[in-house]
Amino acid sequence: MTQQSRRPFPTREAREPSRRTVVRGSLGVGAAALGAPLLSACGGGPAADPKTVTFGSNGADATPEKAYAAVTGAFTEDSGLKVKTNTVDHDTFQKSISTYLQGTPDDVFTWFAGYRMQYFAKKKLAHPIDDVWEKIGSGFSDAAKQLSKGEDGKYYFVPLYNYPWAVFYRKSVFKQRGYEVPRTWSEFTALAKKMKKDGLSPIASGYGGGDSWSILGAFDYLNLRANGYDFHMDLMRGEVAWTDRRTTKTLDLWRELSGFYQQGAGGRSWQDAAQSLLDKESGMAVIGLFLGQQITDEKLRADIDFFPFPEVDPTHGQEAVEAPTDGFMLSRKPKNLKGATKLLAYLGGAEAENLYMGVDPSNVAVNSRADTGKYNALQKKSADLIASAKHITQFGDRDSDPGFISTVVLPGFTQWLGHPDDGAALLKKIESQRSRFFTA
Amino acid sequence: MTATVTPPAAGSRTRRATPTGDGPPRPGRQTGRHLLLGGIALLWLVPLLWAVYTSLRPYEDTAKHGYLSWPHGISLENFSNAWSQSGMPHFFWNSVLITIPAVLGTLLFSAAVAFFVSRFDFRWNIALLMFFTAGNLLPAQVLITPLYRLYLQVPLPGWMSDSFLLYDSVWGIIAIHIAYQCGFCTFVLSNYMRTIPKEITEASLVDGAPVWRQFFQIVLPLCRPAFAALATLESIWIYNDFFWSLALIDTGDKRPITSALANLQGQYFTNPNLIAAGALLTAIPTLLVYFALQRQFISGLTIGSGKG
Amino acid sequence: MSPVRTVRPAPPSKRARPRRLGPGDRVFLTVIVGIPLLALLVFVWLPALASVGLSFTNWDGIALSDIRWTGLDNYREIFTNYPPFWPAVQHNVVWLLFTALLPTPFGIFLAYQLDRKIRFTRIYQTAIFLPMVLSLAVVGFIWEIIYNPDNGLLNGILSGAGSGQPIDWLGDPDLNLWAVLVASAWRHTGYIMILYLAGLKGFDPALKEAAALDGANGRQTFLRVVFPALKPVNIIILVVTVMESLRAFDIVYVLGGGTGSKPGMELLSLLITDNIIGESSHIGYGSALAVVLLVVSLLAICAFLVQTFRKEDK
Repeated sequence: MTQQSRRPFPTREAREPSRRTVVRGSLGVGAAALGAPLLSACGGGPAADPKTVTFGSNGADATPEKAYAAVTGAFTEDSGLKVKTNTVDHDTFQKSISTYLQGTPDDVFTWFAGYRMQYFAKKKLAHPIDDVWEKIGSGFSDAAKQLSKGEDGKYYFVPLYNYPWAVFYRKSVFKQRGYEVPRTWSEFTALAKKMKKDGLSPIASGYGGGDSWSILGAFDYLNLRANGYDFHMDLMRGEVAWTDRRTTKTLDLWRELSGFYQQGAGGRSWQDAAQSLLDKESGMAVIGLFLGQQITDEKLRADIDFFPFPEVDPTHGQEAVEAPTDGFMLSRKPKNLKGATKLLAYLGGAEAENLYMGVDPSNVAVNSRADTGKYNALQKKSADLIASAKHITQFGDRDSDPGFISTVVLPGFTQWLGHPDDGAALLKKIESQRSRFFTA
Repeated sequence: MTATVTPPAAGSRTRRATPTGDGPPRPGRQTGRHLLLGGIALLWLVPLLWAVYTSLRPYEDTAKHGYLSWPHGISLENFSNAWSQSGMPHFFWNSVLITIPAVLGTLLFSAAVAFFVSRFDFRWNIALLMFFTAGNLLPAQVLITPLYRLYLQVPLPGWMSDSFLLYDSVWGIIAIHIAYQCGFCTFVLSNYMRTIPKEITEASLVDGAPVWRQFFQIVLPLCRPAFAALATLESIWIYNDFFWSLALIDTGDKRPITSALANLQGQYFTNPNLIAAGALLTAIPTLLVYFALQRQFISGLTIGSGKG
Repeated sequence: MSPVRTVRPAPPSKRARPRRLGPGDRVFLTVIVGIPLLALLVFVWLPALASVGLSFTNWDGIALSDIRWTGLDNYREIFTNYPPFWPAVQHNVVWLLFTALLPTPFGIFLAYQLDRKIRFTRIYQTAIFLPMVLSLAVVGFIWEIIYNPDNGLLNGILSGAGSGQPIDWLGDPDLNLWAVLVASAWRHTGYIMILYLAGLKGFDPALKEAAALDGANGRQTFLRVVFPALKPVNIIILVVTVMESLRAFDIVYVLGGGTGSKPGMELLSLLITDNIIGESSHIGYGSALAVVLLVVSLLAICAFLVQTFRKEDK
């Protein structure tokens, strides 16, 4: 090894004192830092406390956090059981769900209905809750019951709220320009054409960054309207080939629609797209009721309305509504099974619904006994739309394997939307990965 | 490349007594240099200043007029909201608990290994160095699944972790940071240590100083600039890391500062100005570390010892 | 391994060992090297080897009993039937070339310019190093508001200069990799600068003086005297550049919205994340991708290290 000196010798006197203090000082800080977690960790432990139920929540936004606190607070008053809430932001919660459920999960946790719930039930990472449903069952419609069962027919899920996807617009824009709400595909495209001539972006569009999921609303509806509920669900569950003729048809429709999309959508957030609707730069938006959270000026809210996604094929009409449902599940080995069951039964009741909606009015209660008296116009209309639906779907990434959707389908779709020409090549690409996700 | 190394080295030895430091500045060329460096520095600052500008504006203003517009009101409101809404003080503390032990541990251990491989001619020093360095080449994603399984198996006493496991505890995060970062630091430090003349340590061996004194009193101080640079980099990396805690911590309250920011990122509604403010706030500790250590690698070794 | 052999000839030439190590010295050395060694083995190498093993299986990451041995299937699939794989390889190469040719030399250049007694040098250094200090959240956010198609700074400036159509910097698959590379270069330059600056601080200024007395100008002094003498630091810079480029992850992840790979900016590290992190993971498949990345990185670095050390020992 080389050992040439390229540097003068440092003099020892200059070095010694300062160095010593540095080392000692830093060790002191380190020791203090190491000591701190010891102190704070004292007292806790996994030993089951029969008076406490743990609750894992993904509601880290100010509003849902407050809403959940109101519900759990009322439960404590009601039952005498303490609820220890562990809040993790929505995104992180979703990304780490698999390790969370296998590690040391809380007794009750927030989750979504659909394939996403059934997957964890199938993998035995959730506890069946048929006994809870014996108590709460009467408050829910058959559709909601269906939604809460795993593939084995047992209940695993307690729904709290849902929200519909539809085509949103501003009443004043439609009134001022004399637009009429379209019911069929041809009326819809004719309207979009007219909007384009009037200098509007017909369909607000933004699927940049982490927002590519938002395009699935249009895809789901096109597929549901053109090919029906059964085909859509088969496709989502990986039971039919993506190269199916019917999917090609859906893409043909989408290509037509994408001509009316706002320019530069691939780099825009959906929020900016929604903003363009509020700013009257775009005419319509295919989006969920959560659009309402984007409104900062309350006067605007009364000017927002929606219509169901138009009919493509009369045999399927507008019978399916996309209404993602959020709710709760019970973890595999709850530390306090009895208390957790009680909590779930409470969460499935009308009282919990009312408390939650009282704080967070941007959704619609699933329990049919919940008080709808305080609903705003959009909530009322949403509840009616969902109630009238013959089929309720959950959304692309909830009805299907989320990994398949996020790593195969969405990148494929977003790339294709940039140059929507060769649908066949895209579908072939997606199909080549299907077997990896849907095997057994 | 190698051939040119030797001759100047001899020259340096003879000149070691002259405490001149850098050569005298040549005034004629400085203006051009200032223009160049100033221009680059400004260009580098533009993106950051743009973020600061955004964070000072209320959401309503930018939503209405767009970001490229003159302000209709400037305030620190976003900063105070971000601070209180995301529970930032708590997460700051979590990050401190992780970062300080992890950085100190990494530097101490990697300095030790670097010292060993660069000072002692044991046959396997290069193999050892490679072993450490290669460890840092492994993408973190490769390790996460087995590591997660491992963490679920390692019990800890209740006073260390309320999960009674390495999983879901700060200790686990500190341990993986140290193990993972050691490779890089060892590599850098051993390369710096190789530039330290061996005569220094050998002289002390003759004096009868034990190896640990050699290490703590001679080698470590000589590596000060490298330590300062590494401490800065490691603090930044460890402080900003979100990956390990994603899979190895499941209690929201134990997560580091990066999750406070995620708390600001609404599920359906996001206020970018608020996030800008929160993000800038999280940058303050690393900035402080940088400023505190900057002097160390600015003043440099030679100048410091020359003055002494 | 060859490195072991290459070291052996070195010791006897220069110096005789003055004193044997005492027992206390041995204990000290064993402890300070042993602890990190053990940590490295347990927390890094053990999981890594487990991952290599898993790369030959099919596993969803949940029940251990579900691990199924599939041999080389994952690798075969990746090379022949995984659409984003080859684009990702290509992007990694582009990343490496770009980083090695632009920000790295630029960082060295800046370090050399700043390593003298001029005024404001601290301010310049701080400004250029600042991007490294900022967290990724800030960096991601900053570049989003610059690249935003509607009201980003860049399109605002361009439209002010009379360009019509707004450019979709991060959305267009033909553009977004370059947009991200600019952001990455913004950080990388400061990184290299600071590493090199620390190296230059340990460099004997007398050497530069000597070169100046010999009539060498700044460029010659750097190329003939400073640069060769700083070989250990150069190795660091090179290894760092290669490592950063092969493992490039965080800035693309953040600018891609934190959800995995995006068309136009696929990278190997992102594909690994796609398959390992998330709700439905393919641990075996992701591990196989990781092994590919690992082998490439190890080959690059080992070849380089072995070569440098061997040359040096001769």
